[in-house]
Amino acid sequence: MAIAIIILLLVIGTVIFHFISPWWFTPLASNWSAIDNTVELTFWITGIVFVAVNVFLVYVIFRYRHKPGLKADYEPENKKLEGWLTLATTIGIAAMLAPGLYIWGQFVAPPDDSIEVEAVGQQWHWSYRFPGADGQLGKVDTRLISEDNPFGLDPSDPAGQDDILIFSNELVLPLDQPVKVLLRSKDVLHNFTVPQFRVKMDLVPGMLSSLWFTPTSVGAFDLMCEELCGIGHYAMRGRVVVKAQEDFDDWLARQVTFAQTQDRVAGDSALGRAHYQVCASCHGAEGEGNQALNAPRVAGQDIWYLRRQLHNYQQGVRGTAEGDQFGGQMIAMAGLVADEQSMQHLLAYIDTMPEPARATAEGNLNNGRQLYRNCVYCHGEQAQGIYHMNAPRLAGLEPWYLARQIGYFRDRIRGGHPDDFYGAQMSLLVQSLRSEEDIADIVAYINSLSAAD
Amino acid sequence: MTDSAIASHDEHYQASFGSKYIWSQDHKVIAIQYSITAIMVGVVALVLSGLMRLQLGFPDQFSFIDPSAYLQFVTMHGMIMVVYLLTALLLGGFGNYLIPLMIGARDMVFPVLNMLSYWTYLLSVLVLLASFFVPGGPTGAGWTLYPPQAILPGTPGADWGILLMLISLGIFIVAFTMGGLNYVCTILQARTKGMTLMRMPLTIWGIFVATVMGLLAFPALLVSAIMMFLDKVVGTSFFMPVIISLGETLDHTGGSPILFQHLFWFFGHPEVYIVALPAFGMVSDILATHARKNIFGYRMMVWAIVGIGLMSFVVWAHHMYVSGMNPYFGFFFATTTLIIAVPTALKVYNWVLTLWKGNIHLTLPMLFAIGFIFTFVHGGLSGLFLGNVVIDLPLSDTYFVVGHFHMVMGLSPILVLYAAIYHWFPKVSGKMLHEGLGRIHFWTTLVGAYLVFLPMHYLGILGLPRRYFGMGGTEYIPESAQALNANITIAALVVAVAQLIFIANVIISLRSGKKADPNPWGATTLEWQTPDNPPTHGNWGPEAPVVYRWAYDFSVPGVKQDFIPQNVPNSAVEVTDAAAFAEAGK
Repeated sequence: MAIAIIILLLVIGTVIFHFISPWWFTPLASNWSAIDNTVELTFWITGIVFVAVNVFLVYVIFRYRHKPGLKADYEPENKKLEGWLTLATTIGIAAMLAPGLYIWGQFVAPPDDSIEVEAVGQQWHWSYRFPGADGQLGKVDTRLISEDNPFGLDPSDPAGQDDILIFSNELVLPLDQPVKVLLRSKDVLHNFTVPQFRVKMDLVPGMLSSLWFTPTSVGAFDLMCEELCGIGHYAMRGRVVVKAQEDFDDWLARQVTFAQTQDRVAGDSALGRAHYQVCASCHGAEGEGNQALNAPRVAGQDIWYLRRQLHNYQQGVRGTAEGDQFGGQMIAMAGLVADEQSMQHLLAYIDTMPEPARATAEGNLNNGRQLYRNCVYCHGEQAQGIYHMNAPRLAGLEPWYLARQIGYFRDRIRGGHPDDFYGAQMSLLVQSLRSEEDIADIVAYINSLSAAD
Repeated sequence: MTDSAIASHDEHYQASFGSKYIWSQDHKVIAIQYSITAIMVGVVALVLSGLMRLQLGFPDQFSFIDPSAYLQFVTMHGMIMVVYLLTALLLGGFGNYLIPLMIGARDMVFPVLNMLSYWTYLLSVLVLLASFFVPGGPTGAGWTLYPPQAILPGTPGADWGILLMLISLGIFIVAFTMGGLNYVCTILQARTKGMTLMRMPLTIWGIFVATVMGLLAFPALLVSAIMMFLDKVVGTSFFMPVIISLGETLDHTGGSPILFQHLFWFFGHPEVYIVALPAFGMVSDILATHARKNIFGYRMMVWAIVGIGLMSFVVWAHHMYVSGMNPYFGFFFATTTLIIAVPTALKVYNWVLTLWKGNIHLTLPMLFAIGFIFTFVHGGLSGLFLGNVVIDLPLSDTYFVVGHFHMVMGLSPILVLYAAIYHWFPKVSGKMLHEGLGRIHFWTTLVGAYLVFLPMHYLGILGLPRRYFGMGGTEYIPESAQALNANITIAALVVAVAQLIFIANVIISLRSGKKADPNPWGATTLEWQTPDNPPTHGNWGPEAPVVYRWAYDFSVPGVKQDFIPQNVPNSAVEVTDAAAFAEAGK
């Protein structure tokens, strides 16, 4: 008897929960309203069956529960009833399947006027490629991927020279323009999902997959990886920003082509020496850093990383957050190398600096090693930094600076800016350091590593 | 095997402790060994699920759960539950116990092989558990073990954990094959006189078809495990294309990660039904017995089991709609997937119609069986979302999937397993399980687990991805999702603790439970008609039973008792109204 009541309550509760649940589809931002409608239709059909079967079950339990003298019917089968039930079920199934297949037919056939963009996944970042003026994406080969050619473009393919490369987790797309996204992975499986667009597809190394949609709302949307890709899976976040066509065109025009990335002139360290004089007052003549002035060591750090940080300071991505007063000081300083060429010279000079002596750090190295297992894949066994993983060198950084930055990431003083994807990822990743002791231990462990450059 | 052969086997039977309880060839002892091992490893998986729920419900509170540990919990929980608990308990446990008893045989046809099957299974469990103690810990590749990440750095346990997992699966498949061949041969060859195929209880039909499916499906898993093992150890490229792993170009070339997915799901989807069909069969018999009514539409139930078994081999790629495979496959697999819903729905109707006009005794097995109908309807219906290819686009890889498969192949088969344990425990042990403790266990499990898995569907619609260590930092997930996750965790922990009540109940009842009648539920099937309770080695004493009727002669008109056991001839039935009895016999 109780079971009849409880099941009835569970059914009623389920229906109420369904209608009052604040957890529902995010507002649609693409052309795929048909998917939402099919879901809605399916909810109605399955909902009716759910209620009907269970209410009948409740009735049956209530009506035919054991009482003295009750005897069950003897009816081995009822062909007619079974026939009707088969028919009704088949009709219900067909009513759901037919629109499903029809819409799938649209999904597998992108419209002729769609533009193409390639999304490239790797552990645990995104990058993107637009065809250039020729409207054609150049040939790529994973074997050609290198520090100078992260997309693995074939330099001998003329179609690839004008390809526009986006070295960021953020993809900008034009409003109301059908887009076919070609998906490619450098390493393991990933998945391209924007919840507001409703469609998703895996990225598979060794082959190309694709999906298409038409963005119908201006705005910024989270791009999630939804195929398990290792320990950084949950932190593999990107963003799709939808802009009006003219804003999109402006943005696209500011991006670099493959040819441009191949023509970069190397910096001249002799010229860079002059630029460094301003930096030397805080960071030290040898780039050794100065804790009293809150200036970290720059000698030995990866040049690509210093370049990214200088850009971040210049663009207000770093140093603008409340609580980061030392970073704030760097904004003006970074402005002194606002033109690319000066920055190249400066970085070339820093690259010549000798490795400074190590500071000492105290902490539990065993615990530090255990904690570092979540860092090792990007920053490397010896914390030497891995360009391909967008992860800077940590070995050799002063312990006070490392600890402070970890704290900043944890408190989102760093990594809170919407354009600081790498910082935001670190904010997610340092959450596994639960205490100040953990931070001290991991810093001590990192300090004990010696990166061979 | 003839009766005399069994008898001579019995004469040689040495009843020392070792041969009786450890190196036993008695299917009943082997069944208990299988069951205890499966339940123990299942408890490990339950604890793992509790740990992962702690991180999801209360992120960053527990220092021992980092992203690596979290993925390892997820992976080991899933694999243990699906393979080492559900498959082993349903087939190795209940299959072993019930097949010979329900078909009137004295034992399995290959008793030594049967014993080896258990010891091999135990070895596979030990190898699996050993992976917790190797450097790097167990694999955290997700229970689907998708390459390339399963064997590459960046995934926890990519050095030793994954190898032990693959080896353990290989050993498990050997164990399953030894047991499975035995089950199939026994059902086909050792049925007692009169036990035609269409007189077999649905339990046996479910186990039979599931075992045949297992024998066809597990080899796909075995070859994919061997191929991945070679990719990892020898450097072959079955599943490995050109890859830049963490900045290093690997030597692999030309392999296909999707090939693995096809092989895995060619096993993985039938696996769902390898778990489901025995559960379908057992719940059918339990419903009929406790409602004192014949199963509704027996023949259709049999054909539905066979049909589902066949169909389940042509739906596998519905797990791969968004895998990057040729999208045109979606049309075919969505169609087959939704077609399989028809026989499945018919089974549900027939269960409810079995209760209809019945005489429903709300015993513990009946409560669990009714709970199963409820959760299975829910889980089956949410499957219609995911199977319909276009709806899978927003919902795939979200918590909707997690909610769906836990409802349909986690909670539902487990409710049947409990129904079955409460139902057959008196036969196995000779003791009744405690009623009050059983009821507390039932209510907490049903309501609690529903509160765990229902809300997950809605988190999935919201777009929460599965297998995420932390959600922080998105625009579209509201704070309230975290609150809901915390509630789910609390419900999950309550359900987990409630399972201790069950374990306590088993221990208490074994020691001081009420002595059970040989046939306490008034069941018709043969296992309840044994001369001894619990049945002894050889099951039937001097004479094997002869079967005169199907398994569902409940409440036959004109008969004094409300059930007629299968081994009772018409001439021995106590009749009150001969005309009505004769009419029903037609």
